[in-house]
Amino acid sequence: MARPITPLLWLLFSAGGTVAALLFPVHLFLNGLAFPLGWLPAPRYESLRSLVGHPLTRLYLLVLVSLPLFHWAHRFRYTLYDGLQLKHLTVLIAVLCYGAAVVGSLLAAYTLWNMSS
Amino acid sequence: MSADVRYTPYHPRWYRRRVSVWWWLQSRSYTGFVLRELTSVFVAFFAVLLLWQIRALGHGPEAYARVLARLRSPLFVTLNALALAFVLFHSITWFNLAPKAMVVRLKGKRVPDLLVAGANYAAWVVLSAAVAAILLRG
Repeated sequence: MARPITPLLWLLFSAGGTVAALLFPVHLFLNGLAFPLGWLPAPRYESLRSLVGHPLTRLYLLVLVSLPLFHWAHRFRYTLYDGLQLKHLTVLIAVLCYGAAVVGSLLAAYTLWNMSS
Repeated sequence: MSADVRYTPYHPRWYRRRVSVWWWLQSRSYTGFVLRELTSVFVAFFAVLLLWQIRALGHGPEAYARVLARLRSPLFVTLNALALAFVLFHSITWFNLAPKAMVVRLKGKRVPDLLVAGANYAAWVVLSAAVAAILLRG
């Protein structure tokens, strides 16, 4: 891997880890369990749609999806190296992990860009 | 092996013992380390789930209702419950590591670890409450 990019990847890992640590538990509990299962009154479609219509919400959601993906890419890459002893596949694993994070982020940006109102 | 590698009596052949792929089950702290690293898989899982929900929201009320119905299936309830456990483990280990990863100094004195971790936990509570308040309002 090119050396100059390492600090940037570490910064993305760290920022994504913080975003996931602070915000994923509450979103996972509400959006993943409590709302679908009816434990708590779920917000109506129209109110969620108008919430997402606001630029700040869309920026929030982009950060919420994108940075944790880069956190995953970085951490999972080293898990594969150390956990499964795949040191010899360094380049392939790095390309697949960071590539997936880039694709996910672009898809999130494209989706949110088209949800302007 | 390349031809220019030579071994002398004082520099013997490298000896590397093969380590089992399950090396991390041999001690509690190693297992904790690998479980912590594996939380990233569930972080990615939920990021993708969020993106799926956002896309459904953009496709209209029927698409959104279909996603909610899918999330009621036993498979997704199990996955989400497991993911919640791992994401909570990520949060706790992340906040506890924060004082070691970033040493904060005030007037030349190191801010105690407990205070730095405490600030992280406080931010966690405040942000979670804010998100819940916004989502439970409508």
